[in-house]
Amino acid sequence: MKNINILKPNRDNFKTYLYIGSTLIFLCIFDVTLRSFFNLNFLTFLPNIINFLFPLILGLIGFQMIRLEYSGVKSVDIINKNVNNNPFNAGLTLLIIFLTILAVPPSLNWMIFDANISGDTKEACSASEGACWTYIKIWFRRFMYGMYPNEFHWRINIAFIILISFAFIGFFARGKYKNYLTFYYAIVYPIIAFLIIYFLISGGSFGLEWIETNAWGGLSLTFIVSFFGLIFCFPLGMIFALGRRSELPMIRYISIGYIEFWRGVPLITVLFMSSVMFPMFLPAGTFVDKLVRVIAAIVLFEAAYVAEVIRGGLQALPRGQYDAAKSLGMGYWKMQIFVILPQALKLVIPGIANTFLALVKDTPLIFVVGLSEVVGMLQMAKTNPKWLGYAMEGYIFASILFWAICYAMSRYSQYLELKYKTDR
Amino acid sequence: MSAIIQMKEVNKWFGDFQVLKNINLEVAEKQKIVVCGPSGSGKSTLIRCINRLEEHQKGKIVVDGNELSEKTKDIEKIRAEVGMVFQQFNLFPHLSILDNCTLAPIWVKKTPKKKAEEFAMKQLEQVQISDQATKFPGQLSGGQQQRAALARALCMEPKIMLFDEPTSALDPEMIKEVLDAMVNLAKQGMTMIVVTHEMGFAKEVADEVVFMDEGMIVEKAKTKEFFDNPKNDRTKLFLSQIL
Repeated sequence: MKNINILKPNRDNFKTYLYIGSTLIFLCIFDVTLRSFFNLNFLTFLPNIINFLFPLILGLIGFQMIRLEYSGVKSVDIINKNVNNNPFNAGLTLLIIFLTILAVPPSLNWMIFDANISGDTKEACSASEGACWTYIKIWFRRFMYGMYPNEFHWRINIAFIILISFAFIGFFARGKYKNYLTFYYAIVYPIIAFLIIYFLISGGSFGLEWIETNAWGGLSLTFIVSFFGLIFCFPLGMIFALGRRSELPMIRYISIGYIEFWRGVPLITVLFMSSVMFPMFLPAGTFVDKLVRVIAAIVLFEAAYVAEVIRGGLQALPRGQYDAAKSLGMGYWKMQIFVILPQALKLVIPGIANTFLALVKDTPLIFVVGLSEVVGMLQMAKTNPKWLGYAMEGYIFASILFWAICYAMSRYSQYLELKYKTDR
Repeated sequence: MSAIIQMKEVNKWFGDFQVLKNINLEVAEKQKIVVCGPSGSGKSTLIRCINRLEEHQKGKIVVDGNELSEKTKDIEKIRAEVGMVFQQFNLFPHLSILDNCTLAPIWVKKTPKKKAEEFAMKQLEQVQISDQATKFPGQLSGGQQQRAALARALCMEPKIMLFDEPTSALDPEMIKEVLDAMVNLAKQGMTMIVVTHEMGFAKEVADEVVFMDEGMIVEKAKTKEFFDNPKNDRTKLFLSQIL
């Protein structure tokens, strides 16, 4: 025996070590898989503790045997460099693999194989041990549309289809129409959106029945609140960001005061005030809809955050950009619109996306004023005496919804970052 | 000869520190003036005062018949007549070279887009980078960027051009291409005030050279006299070090 350390490979006999090592690693993963998926354990004859740790020991030996720098096999080099550079990391790698394998069967069982989606009462579920998707199925319309009357759901659907198609107009703009896109999205589109939602979802004219905002809810309300929240808090935040950097003391102090005030209070109290305190200050007889008040509160609140994010971008720009713009004869607004803001906003896309995602995920808080978007409806369904005990399914459903929305927004922000990247 | 720029007893402080002390300077139309001096002597501040990127606190500055003061309403109008080239180029990185050149003409001077683009291409040809028009500043070399910045300033058809150490941030190889463009401009009869350490350029182009130290104009003389026969000791020392 030339080699004293039997576990230490060298370049001459690496092939042999590689075969034995990979077989050991395969065996240990195979063993865990058998235990996890089929509840089989071939090693019961071993003492308990060794039996339990057997795959880990096997895997560690396997990884030890294939650990060689510049082995010449590309895939092995990658493994060695990234997950197998010392015994500790090899152990962590194995543990993560084992945990994943162990976690898959129970969750799959619960979510799919043992789950139940047939029937339409709680009793249909009581036989199975898995998830009760029947609950989601039965409540699906409530989760989407809230307490909006069933026979009018088409109004919400059509309103959203129209809104989405209007949003896509930008993709078809060519040539000189492209110059008007900002104007369209900043001013025209919100007005169109408001009118469509007002006339179609609220109704009250054109023979459509009036439906109070109290009845609105579910995912559609999430969309409405987030949508108006996003499009209004952005320009407002921009104004306060510029205001805080203004040379006019009056404007600067107002901006600082505004930002520090709204950043200092919790959103939940703001929402509460908007629905309880605010109407008391209104002259008798005037009435502002609850939903409008709530959206206004969210806009004012988030604008403070957006303002600070944008200010960060403004401060990152070198002074030379201001000098150059001024020396070309641009006034304050031309300089901001054509030179400063385009660059600053590009810089803060990640920060803005952050704030916007937070806004979407803050919408469930509107339950404090009695509006129930999708999570609010969940709370309601969860406490329904006929359907007690299915909170888990509901929360998983809501998480998937929110994740999908937020992931889409996140991807869009990454796309924008790439699109506006002009440095090399 | 009518003076297009007049500075009388101009004083400026940054806090307690006095950067400009009793500056008196007159620049006639089509005159080329080179301002030199050690760093921190107030050269940059001096020319930044001319288009009011810096405000002077005492004295009088008159540019093309308009006095610069807090009461000046249309400072933008005066700035549009005074082009400026910076040490750090200061091109707008989010716009292509052509858009850099047409932005101000279109939005400040209200030139129709097509006309502005034609004129900008002409200016870019003058500085020999018309083939880079569609690229972004980040894709150009330092020398090309500085020439683009020069073209951008010229697109406003200024009466006066200010240069704030235009070659100080460049590699030695690129300095020449920028200086050539500036010499070219000088030959066309532009009024120019140039802050620079390039004494070769000063000898070739300048009508007068101004030497500044510690915020004061120490010596101001015709170019030939300045280099051949400097009067002040401080000037002699400076010239012996730089030449």
